[in-house]
Amino acid sequence: MNAPTQAPGEKIIPKPRRITEFLLLIVALVIGIGANILVDPDRLVEDPTRIITSGAVLAGGGLLIHVVLWIRARHADPYLLPIAVTLNGLGLAMIHRIDLSTGQTASDTQVIWTGLAMVVACVVLWLLKDHRLLRKITYISLLLSALLLLLPMVPGLGVEINGARLWISIAGRTFQPGEIAKITLAIFFAGYLSTNRDLILLAGHKIGPVRLPRFKDTAPMLAAWVIAIGVLVLQRDLGTAILFFGLFLVMIYLATGRATWIVLGVALMLVGGFVASRIFSHVSQRLDSWLNAFEPEVYNRPLGGSGQIVQGLFGLASGGLFGQGLGQGRPDLVSYANSDMIITAFGEELGLIGLGAILSLFLLFATRGMRAALGTFDAFGKLLAAGLSALMIIQLLVVIGGVTRLLPLTGLTTPFMSAGGSSLVSNWIIAAILLAISHTARRPTLTGPATDEDYAELQAHTKATREGRGTNNETVDPEPTTELSSSVAGTRDASEDAGTATEAISRIRGRSGSPSPDPTDSTPEGGRP
Amino acid sequence: MNTAIRRIWFASVAIVVVLLLALTYVQFFAAKTLEANPWNNRALYDQFGSDRGSILVDGVEIAKSVPSQDDFEHQRVYESSPLYAHLTGYFSLVYGATGLEAAMGEQLSGASDEQFYNRVVSMFSGDQPSGASVELTLDPELQQLAHDLLEGHKGSIVAVNPQTGEILAMASSPNYDANRLASHNTDEVVAAAEELNSDEDKPLENRAIAGDLYSPGSTFKIIDTVAALESGQYDTDSTLPNPAELPLPGTTVTLPNYRGGGCAARTEVDLEFALEQSCNTPFASIAMDLGQDAIRDTAENFGYGQDLSIPLQVTPSIFPEDMNDSQLALSSIGQYDVRTTPLQVAMMSAAIANDGVMMKPQLVKTVRSSDLSVIQEFEAEQLRRSTDPETAQTVKDLMVKVVDEGIANGASVPGVEVGGKTGTAEIGSEAGLNDSWFTGFAPANDPQIAVAVVIEDVDVTTGAQLTSPSAKQLFEAVLNQ
Repeated sequence: MNAPTQAPGEKIIPKPRRITEFLLLIVALVIGIGANILVDPDRLVEDPTRIITSGAVLAGGGLLIHVVLWIRARHADPYLLPIAVTLNGLGLAMIHRIDLSTGQTASDTQVIWTGLAMVVACVVLWLLKDHRLLRKITYISLLLSALLLLLPMVPGLGVEINGARLWISIAGRTFQPGEIAKITLAIFFAGYLSTNRDLILLAGHKIGPVRLPRFKDTAPMLAAWVIAIGVLVLQRDLGTAILFFGLFLVMIYLATGRATWIVLGVALMLVGGFVASRIFSHVSQRLDSWLNAFEPEVYNRPLGGSGQIVQGLFGLASGGLFGQGLGQGRPDLVSYANSDMIITAFGEELGLIGLGAILSLFLLFATRGMRAALGTFDAFGKLLAAGLSALMIIQLLVVIGGVTRLLPLTGLTTPFMSAGGSSLVSNWIIAAILLAISHTARRPTLTGPATDEDYAELQAHTKATREGRGTNNETVDPEPTTELSSSVAGTRDASEDAGTATEAISRIRGRSGSPSPDPTDSTPEGGRP
Repeated sequence: MNTAIRRIWFASVAIVVVLLLALTYVQFFAAKTLEANPWNNRALYDQFGSDRGSILVDGVEIAKSVPSQDDFEHQRVYESSPLYAHLTGYFSLVYGATGLEAAMGEQLSGASDEQFYNRVVSMFSGDQPSGASVELTLDPELQQLAHDLLEGHKGSIVAVNPQTGEILAMASSPNYDANRLASHNTDEVVAAAEELNSDEDKPLENRAIAGDLYSPGSTFKIIDTVAALESGQYDTDSTLPNPAELPLPGTTVTLPNYRGGGCAARTEVDLEFALEQSCNTPFASIAMDLGQDAIRDTAENFGYGQDLSIPLQVTPSIFPEDMNDSQLALSSIGQYDVRTTPLQVAMMSAAIANDGVMMKPQLVKTVRSSDLSVIQEFEAEQLRRSTDPETAQTVKDLMVKVVDEGIANGASVPGVEVGGKTGTAEIGSEAGLNDSWFTGFAPANDPQIAVAVVIEDVDVTTGAQLTSPSAKQLFEAVLNQ
């Protein structure tokens, strides 16, 4: 990057902030590995192999991603990686801790998956020099989502665990393809909505306060939704169904800015839930063990009873404000303590204060993701980053809402923490995508003369959007634009919504100080005098 | 679109806040209720999983926690349990803790105030806090002897050191194995408890301090004697009427003298002869003469009606209120509604032996925290003055004569001045069975041991063969050490 020679204060060159990331990464590793030691300090002397292996994998993976970021996405957000490493490290520690009580070896598997997931994240970061590449696979993503969700239904491949057919078995290891499907669905939603938002918004009949979009504009979305929900209902995974539906609503809202969709969607979900509770016994049992968790006959029901949620509540209660201390509680008394119920294990041993810290980390992670969404140019990137960030929060809502009895308990993993390879891989891919988007959001690309690469990209983009777009967003977007506090102050006028080539060009022109009325004149002029 | 992103962010913050509120509710406001929920085994697991301190007798662990492989990390084990079961009690998943396990629960689990510092240290070191050990005052040989003497009978033996109040032996028969109730197999525990509870002989009761209480029988005459001497109206030279039968006022029945003894030989006796031969009518007339309040005052001076914790809870002995003369006459010979514990009877002899000073009976010698520092040590403590030294000395001499020349001769130890008193409490059984008593002390000049022996449901002869000779063996065991 060439440093422009503006007067000081006029333009600030965004710092890569990789040093910040490195220092925070050290802190993250200290927390993660420290927690792993604290669950049973004696083991450090007697049998340190596990602690060393998991610490090495966590540190090695984290540093590897750090190096890849330095090379390929120098301006990526410095907080996302350390937060993910901290959460992953805490998860490893808790799974190890529960292993010590139950005699399982889930932590060994989790260490392998951690390494694998981090390598996958590196690959994604390496390939994803520009996140807009993903826009090209909008419809492939839809197809991929459908395939992934249907995989467990394939005889011989799918495995049924606890009445839900969500897993596939490859070489003795189970994998939950639905976890990956949440990313491909997000990519599809982002790609489709960024291209068709205007059509959805403007074409169609207005009935009362709601403008109903034309069927042909929404058909692919509805198809995606029906596939996702339909398959999940058949597979009996309520948690993932709620997650996908939430993602669907958030992304539609992000694209259209209309809260009516959310209201309508939540209403639909409630109706759907009511109908499902009438039709499916497992749904009505879930509701029953939510509402009547403390009824003896519900509690003692051998299958689908409220034992898990009640024991989880006991665990949280015994943690109180400060927790029992790592390794001092009895989180193993809760079934699925290391996966679906890992939050109760943390609540028991780290207390309300510890869970508060963990929740704050998740909120910070989502905030940085949304920050990248605000900073990035294109509507696709905005939708994808904000959607994936929101997905993290929805997942927390379903998990923690479930264990605190705010919502019915449904089986979902806690991102980065729960035991489960597919969940880890999927969340590390999300982290990689957010890092890639945050890099495009923060890099000072257009402060100097455009490189050939930039130019080629711009042309390709122009071509791509021309083919799909109808009208210019900026002139018709009904949503009032507001001031954006960009972290890359001065590098772009962020009050403009981005997404089309026209906008990009006009922005470049505005920045370079020589506005051109001709949008096809796409040779941007640099800020250098 | 940025506005929508910002709104989604606000919604995310709102969701996290709501989740934190929900967690606050569960972990803070509802925590107490949830922890008290009967389905919540955590407190139980916590309590039962902890490395609880041992209970020791003469350095040997009689109750200890050993590592276990089940859900609880430790299992409570009682060594030679029937011997100590009534004292240790049991630490049961199903029925909670009893005996010393309950009374010393805070110290054993490490939760007492004295162990606060240890808890803080273990919180930072990450070690599981372990409880304090409790060493008892018992003499293991004497305890074993008491246990053996009661073998095959129902009854109880208590031995205390009159000068310090240390409890040297406390046995109750029949007994049980505390391990059966401390098992982590709840089905077995419930079955064992049902069996023990349905047993008519009530093996779970510690007859020495609790249970249904006993009629003290003629051992109560010691209190009559003290009351008589304290009143100033009687001394050892006083002449007492000794009719073979005393008509009970307001009734048609009469109170007879003890048939088997030498009472029939005289119609007028002094205190010495009345006590030696355990004549009923002289004491009945003393009681009616002094009035029930005087007898009750003396009884209370010796501990009747008083709460006591050793630290096991001792059921207070009872001297009835508002009696008419016939009831008082019966009460004066330890019948009617007078009820007592073997410990109370032993304490009475101990107070006489110890110049009228009753020492507080105690079972705990030392409490040591897990780092072996002493956090509680035995300290002899005067419970009350039961009578003045002169009266005590007089009664002591009388009791020595009861053993030397009277009907408690079976308790005499060659070369040692032994004091004592027998008793036979008629319990109204058709077969003519009684509760047979002996209480006493030795040696008279420097008392080392005071005992109470009670055997239930025996005829007069068997009782006499069991109680006094048992006491003799206990005396010898202590004095030969």
